[in-house]
Amino acid sequence: MLGKTAGGLTWMFRYLERSENIARLVEAGFRMGLTHSDDASEWESILATAAVRDAYLEHNEAYDVPAIVDFLLRDPANPTSVLSVVEAARNNARLVRTAITREVWEAVNECWITLHDLLARPVRSADLPETLGTIRQKSSLVRGALHGTMLRNDIFNFSRAGTFLERADNTCRILDVKYYILLPSVSFVGSTIDNVQWETILRSASAQRAFRWLYGGETRPSAIADFLIFDRRMPRSLAFCVEKLCSNLTYLEAEYDQKMPSLEMTLAFREKLQRLDIDEVFKIGLHEFLQSCIADNNALAHQIEQDYRFTE
Amino acid sequence: MSQPPDCFDEMSGAGDATRAPYRGYSGWLEEQDHKLLKKKASDAEAFFRRTGITFNVYGSDEATERLIPFDIVPRIIGAGEWRKLSAGIEQRVRAINAFLHDIYHNQEILRAGKIPTQLITQNDAFLPKMIGVSPPGGVYTHIVGVDLVRTGENEFFVLEDNARTPSGVSYMLENRETMMQMFPELFTRVRVRPVSSYPEALRRSLTACAPPCAGDRPVAAVLTPGIFNSAYFEHAFLADQMGAELVEGRDLRVVDGRIAMRTTRGYTPIDVLYRRVDDDFLDPLNFNPESMLGVPGIFDIYRAGGITIANAPGAGIADDKAIYSYMPDIVEFYTGKKPLLKNVDTLRCSEPDSLNYVLDHLSELVVKEVHGSGGYGMLVGPAASKKELAAFRIKLMEKPSNYIAQPTLALSTCPILTRTGLAPRHVDLRPFVLVSPDRINITPGGLTRVALKKGSLVVNSSQGGGTKDTWVLEG
Repeated sequence: MLGKTAGGLTWMFRYLERSENIARLVEAGFRMGLTHSDDASEWESILATAAVRDAYLEHNEAYDVPAIVDFLLRDPANPTSVLSVVEAARNNARLVRTAITREVWEAVNECWITLHDLLARPVRSADLPETLGTIRQKSSLVRGALHGTMLRNDIFNFSRAGTFLERADNTCRILDVKYYILLPSVSFVGSTIDNVQWETILRSASAQRAFRWLYGGETRPSAIADFLIFDRRMPRSLAFCVEKLCSNLTYLEAEYDQKMPSLEMTLAFREKLQRLDIDEVFKIGLHEFLQSCIADNNALAHQIEQDYRFTE
Repeated sequence: MSQPPDCFDEMSGAGDATRAPYRGYSGWLEEQDHKLLKKKASDAEAFFRRTGITFNVYGSDEATERLIPFDIVPRIIGAGEWRKLSAGIEQRVRAINAFLHDIYHNQEILRAGKIPTQLITQNDAFLPKMIGVSPPGGVYTHIVGVDLVRTGENEFFVLEDNARTPSGVSYMLENRETMMQMFPELFTRVRVRPVSSYPEALRRSLTACAPPCAGDRPVAAVLTPGIFNSAYFEHAFLADQMGAELVEGRDLRVVDGRIAMRTTRGYTPIDVLYRRVDDDFLDPLNFNPESMLGVPGIFDIYRAGGITIANAPGAGIADDKAIYSYMPDIVEFYTGKKPLLKNVDTLRCSEPDSLNYVLDHLSELVVKEVHGSGGYGMLVGPAASKKELAAFRIKLMEKPSNYIAQPTLALSTCPILTRTGLAPRHVDLRPFVLVSPDRINITPGGLTRVALKKGSLVVNSSQGGGTKDTWVLEG
């Protein structure tokens, strides 16, 4: 396989994952606006999670909800707006057209066609839930086509690695932006505001149902952090993503019969997570820990790029 | 069905009786409901859009990717007609390869005085660096598209040859695929020769010309300028269908005297490169130094026999419009026989007498730029306004040698499905020819392009043309 193709596959699935993540963030913000008076600071956190707060302020003067939603979903000036990333995903799919099945290509192409139409004009607030649902569904359909039609070979493993690199980064960011409300010291506060914020975090990771199911009615903030970092049953937790990356890179090592630094790094990342539990994380400092994980994940992405010659 | 006067309709011929090749189809068509056909036509469009069979349009902001309109009425060629056509095409393509070999070696045709020497030496499409180079297998044009038009029952003309990187073959294949999906029963009633083996034949043709350094299973790759090229869909399609890698210049480099592609495991040599990049952009060290699309040094490797490039650099001298008017002589010079396929009478505006004639008859002629393509920079006299004629006259007089002129041909028509029923539209045909060291393979049919505007003679997709599935009947 061409190095460029491996890179294209990884990025295609990173971008698709990102489109879904942005939709989830907007949905969490939207839900909060429904149940509580619009709190612009919550939207500010959402922009921070999506790593576009500065970019937003370059183009806008204040935190205005419709403008933020528009920036996150449609703005071509925002390289991580849903519209931008779906276009980038499709361009990468075009680049790797010979590596993917017709089903996967058509799913991406249709994702782009649908969202291009859907996001051609600003989304009315009444249409927002349906639009966000469509964004998530279209990305799921690509994943479904990948699972249903692709050989389990290097192509598949590079694609999956893209998904999990992006997801690990996203989960860390969701937690990091709100780390201060998850600290054990605030666990007894339990004010309504905190409840709302916890809910936002869980929704941003599509984890509210799973969390309630596992923890019953008890909402301890530290449990939320524990769940999203360490619970390997949870498909969006950091531990789950790292575990999957280990298996993708282990496959590639076996397939290519070449020892690669990227696998060493992933194994070390996994070991770090296995060594620690949530209490120790709080001792280190939740924010510091999450920052180190984001850095590890970035370094890993970079190493994979080098090991498999994505670029010259 | 109304019909423009003096025009040969391929379905109804000169009179009202359906021509033989269309009888089977016509019988089926009479049983169909017009509404249902219209629905099928819109299904086809949705299918093309979903599959991403699009081409990129340069210089337009909106909708940079467009569909080429597809018409669901097939263009049908009888078995006997096709036999005659393919004999003519084969003869012409053999002559083109012999001509290229000669031009880059002994230049006997120039010595014999059949073609003015300066027409070759001062032509941008002529690559002096190819002199003395013998491509592996002796093949210059592995893939050729021969553009044909028809004006009567037995009147076929070659409009132009495409000896560089002819495009459109993916549409030939996808059009058939679409027709078979939409009208499976039709194909059980009318026996049509299949086209689906083209990618496999292309692969065999390319690898048959692999250089001596290649192993038992030569590695082929398709070189594309990238995803923003107008024909990118086709490049990806062909690579996919052939099971070849789709590479860009930035994936390739010279490694140990070979051209190698950067894979996830390291650099792997390529034996045959089907390039869809023009000569000028192929190698910044040997040709255009500004090119970002090519591979530095590839031409040196090619000359040393380390890789096969298809089509060979410099092959464009054979399809140059200024050379076109000499094609009958070229065919006769190399095959020793009269050409089976006719050329359109062509006036070279570089010759003073011809220029005067062209200026006097501008409103009757088609005038083309010698190096133009895609229907750009072309004047269709009878369809042009007074203003357009006057503007073109000035351009023509400024640089006469840049133009050739031809009579306006009454191109044959084929019916298309319109909102109100069938209506005749002008068509042309591009058969695709594969050349190997030992044989010439012509896929039955080719790409039919159709001018969708009533009365229009311009079939290019960049100018609002569409395509049709092209059938050659069994028999």
